[in-house]
Formats: sequence, C-alpha cells, structure tokens
Amino acid sequence: MITFLEKKIVISWIFKPVVFVVCLTPLALLAWNGFNGQLSANPISDITNETGIWTLRLIVATLAVTPLRRITKIHTLIRFRRMVGLFAFFYGCLHFTTYIWLDQFFDWHSILRDIPKRPFITIGFASFILMIPLAVTSTKKMIRRLKGRKWNLLHRLIYVTAIGGVIHYLWLVKADTQRPITYGIIIAVLFAFRLWIYFDSRFSSSRVLPERKFQLSKQEIESV
Amino acid sequence: MVIKKQNDIPSSEITDEKLYFNRRNFLKTAAVAAAGATAYTLFSKKNSSAFAQDNNSWKPANPSKFDTTETLTPYKDVTTYNNFYEFGVDKSDPSENAWRLTTTPWTVEVDGNVKKPAIYHLEDFVKPYKLEDRIYRMRCVEGWSMVIPWLGFPLSDIIKRAEPTAAAKFVAFQTLYRPNEMMGQQNNVLQWPYVEGLRMDEAMNPLTILAVGLYGKTLPKQDGAPLRLVVPWKYGFKGIKSIVKISFVGNQPPTSWNRYAPNEYGFYSNVNPNVDHPRWSQARERRIGEFFKRPTLMFNGYGDQVASMYSGMDLRKYF
Repeated sequence: MITFLEKKIVISWIFKPVVFVVCLTPLALLAWNGFNGQLSANPISDITNETGIWTLRLIVATLAVTPLRRITKIHTLIRFRRMVGLFAFFYGCLHFTTYIWLDQFFDWHSILRDIPKRPFITIGFASFILMIPLAVTSTKKMIRRLKGRKWNLLHRLIYVTAIGGVIHYLWLVKADTQRPITYGIIIAVLFAFRLWIYFDSRFSSSRVLPERKFQLSKQEIESV
Repeated sequence: MVIKKQNDIPSSEITDEKLYFNRRNFLKTAAVAAAGATAYTLFSKKNSSAFAQDNNSWKPANPSKFDTTETLTPYKDVTTYNNFYEFGVDKSDPSENAWRLTTTPWTVEVDGNVKKPAIYHLEDFVKPYKLEDRIYRMRCVEGWSMVIPWLGFPLSDIIKRAEPTAAAKFVAFQTLYRPNEMMGQQNNVLQWPYVEGLRMDEAMNPLTILAVGLYGKTLPKQDGAPLRLVVPWKYGFKGIKSIVKISFVGNQPPTSWNRYAPNEYGFYSNVNPNVDHPRWSQARERRIGEFFKRPTLMFNGYGDQVASMYSGMDLRKYF
C-alpha cells in the first residue's frame, strides 16, 4: 500500500518532471529543426504556427483534465493541470512574441493598427490577455487567497480563451478550415461534458456527489 | 491502401551544400538577433542579402526584357514551399505528393469562341514557340513573395494561333481533375477542378506567360507541371497550374477562390497594397529568405506595363 507521502513523492519527482519535459518537447523540436535548416522556406511563419497550435493543444489538454478525472477516476490528474496550463501560457507568450518580434519586428505602428483592424488578431490578442490573470493566480498562495470558489470562477476564463483561440485559428486560414473546426468540436465535447455533469448533479437527487464537482478540495489545493 | 512513397529524387532537386548551409545561417542569424541588442545591425540591409540565397551561379540562357535583377529565390524554396491544394493544404504537401501526377501524355484543349479550336498534345502545343526565361516577382495573397525564373512563352502566342472571334472577351483556364493522383481533390476544400480567368487584354499582355519550366529546367510537378499560367502583377493564385483546358468565352468566367469567398478574393486580384484582404493587410510582404518585411508594390511593381488596362476602374470595387 502506497502511503500518501510516497504518492506525493512519486508525483513530484517522477511524473511532474515527465510532464514538464513532454510539454517542452514541441519547443525543443522547433529549435532543433530551426538550427538544422529543417523548417520551410518561411521559418517565421513556421515558428508562429507551431507556437500557436501548441498553445491551443495545451489549452485543450487542461480542459480535458476534469472530464478525464470523471471518467477514469484518476483524480491525481488534477496535479498536472496547473503545469500544463502554465505551459499553454508559455507557448502563448512565445506565439505573441514571435508576432511582435520576428513577424512585425516591433513595428508598433503596424501592430497597433493590426490589433483592432484584423479580427483574427483582435481575438487572438484578447484570448492571450485573458490568460494572464490565470497565470498570475496560479500560485498556491493566490489560490488560497482567492478561496476555492472565486478562484474557480476566475479560472473559467479559460473557456473564453479556448473558444477565442479556435476562432482565431478559423479566421486566419484561407480555406483549410478542417483543423480549426476539429479543435472546435473537441472543445465543444469537453464543454458538453461539463454541462452534462452540471445538470446531472443538479437534477438527480439519487446521486450524491462529493464536493469535488469543479472545485478543488482543500487537500487538492495543498497538493497541486 | 498505403501508397509507397517514391524516394528517387532527381539530382537536380537536391539542394547543393552551399545553399543548404545558407538556410541554416538564416535561422542562426535570426537566433542571434533574438538574443539581443545587436539585432538591428545584424539585420541591416547589407546583411539581409547575405542570407537571402545568392543564386548568381544560375544565369538565364534566354533572358527577356521583363526580367527583374533581384536576387532569385533558391530553387529549393521555390519547389518545397508551394500552395497547390490539389496535393494538400500545407506548403510542404505539394513537394511531397505531386510525384503521383502523370504528366505524360498531356493534352490541352482550346475551345470556345475561336476559329481554330483544337486538342493538342502538350509537345505540339508548346513546340512552335521560343522559350524565354522570365524572372518575375511572385506575390502570394498570404503576404509572402519570391523571385522566380520561369521558362515559358507569352500566352498571346497561343491566343493568336487560336484566332478568337469578336465574341471572345475573356479567357478561362481549367486545371486537371484527377483525384486518384491529385489526392487533395478528394477533399472539398475548394470546388474542383480549379478554374481561373483573365480578361482578354490581360491575357494578351506581354507579361502574361504560360510556363513550362523554372531555373531553365522542366517545371517540377509541385509548381504546376507541365503547363501553368504566370501573371506577375496578380496574386499568385491567379497562376493556375497543370492546365488542361483554355476556353475563349464571352462573359467573365468563374474563378476558384472568388467562388469560395467572393468578398475576399476578386476576379482581378491585382497585387494592391492599398486594398487589404478583409482579414489581413496587403501593405507589406515577406520576401522568402529575408527577415524584414518589405513594402508591397502596386501591381507588384509592374505598373508601367499594366496600369493602363485598369485606368478609370475603381480598384477597391474590382479588387
């Protein structure tokens, strides 16, 4: 029988580093390909696309945690959500920086014109900005300070970011809408799952659900 | 069914070492810039031409008076960074998938309001004309550009041979439809086959060519083999690839991208920095191989030869 402490050690020292390395792999691959001339004729566009798509993928991963916990009953999954979420923010930062730095080269005039005028940039920018409060309040201290309820409420902003991210993707492609639509469907399914849980817990009195519906229990807050 | 991928790349398509290393330099230089303050000096104009591939080793055998003297985009980039949705929507898809296309035999049908409608074998279609190297700028609607040495002949040669009647006001083009070889056609990203069109005066303009090659060699399949249109003052998608049919018609023919999104892609699609795509700016472009964006020129810099055709037209309306 594994004790709570042993479990915590395994998570902190084995699983978390593994997730960390996995999350860094797309960046490592991008850098490797860049330095070996394996990117396309338009490397800046490649860097923009890769960092963008990984932002969206990691957002989807964080959204998948709750449904996966429900289905698999592996509640430990929650302990990786913050790291994945912060990596989503990290790739978002890289994506944004690529646009500002490599694509526009600090041409603020053109950037400031782009943000309100180009709907796909407007929505991408807004979605990115909405991730900042989530990153800022991701520390243990902030979670405690905001209490579970408020914190949970604030972090629902990720739903807006996820939808915004898909629209951003959809609006920037020319005709190949298949991929953004696929992400849209995945996110819709993850949302539908939450709605189902919500109504299920509200209207079926027969099932008593523990308070870990969406909220982090005290123990989870301590251990994330 | 898993189709085995062909591995025998002709030696002509293998990048020479010099070129290959220069591509690395591009990113290394970019990384150094990313490291800090010296960015501006590193990417000064002098340096930027150093990582834009120097292809001065290649010289046109049959130069034309329309050739630009700008640095050529490397052969590798011209043949691996393509938009050719018949082979997939990613830029790398055409160079990976186009080998499946059978280009011999190839026939080209000329029909419509002409005195001499005919179906030609490609060799007979091309044979009467002297091929010229045309070094043109190519501006993609997505905001990037290249300098490509095409090998071809004026479209006007074909038009003269077909002898259009007075009823012919437009020229319509059609790409091959063969989904088992052009697997992109199995998805309805666009309505297949791809179609394009020009007004008769645009088609007759001496800049408008049918290309059968680039860099003095046979046109690679991913670039539209065996026969494609090149209209350098228009966005790249007007340059319809793998043409099987040329029709002389009375009314403005449908064009693929216009049909897909009429508010985004007009029939004319002349390069115009003042008329933005509804979703992105067309004021600047990134020349492949360069770090900084450069301003996009009206009619892609071919205003002297083509602007008169559009005098009096509202180019915001007829974009």
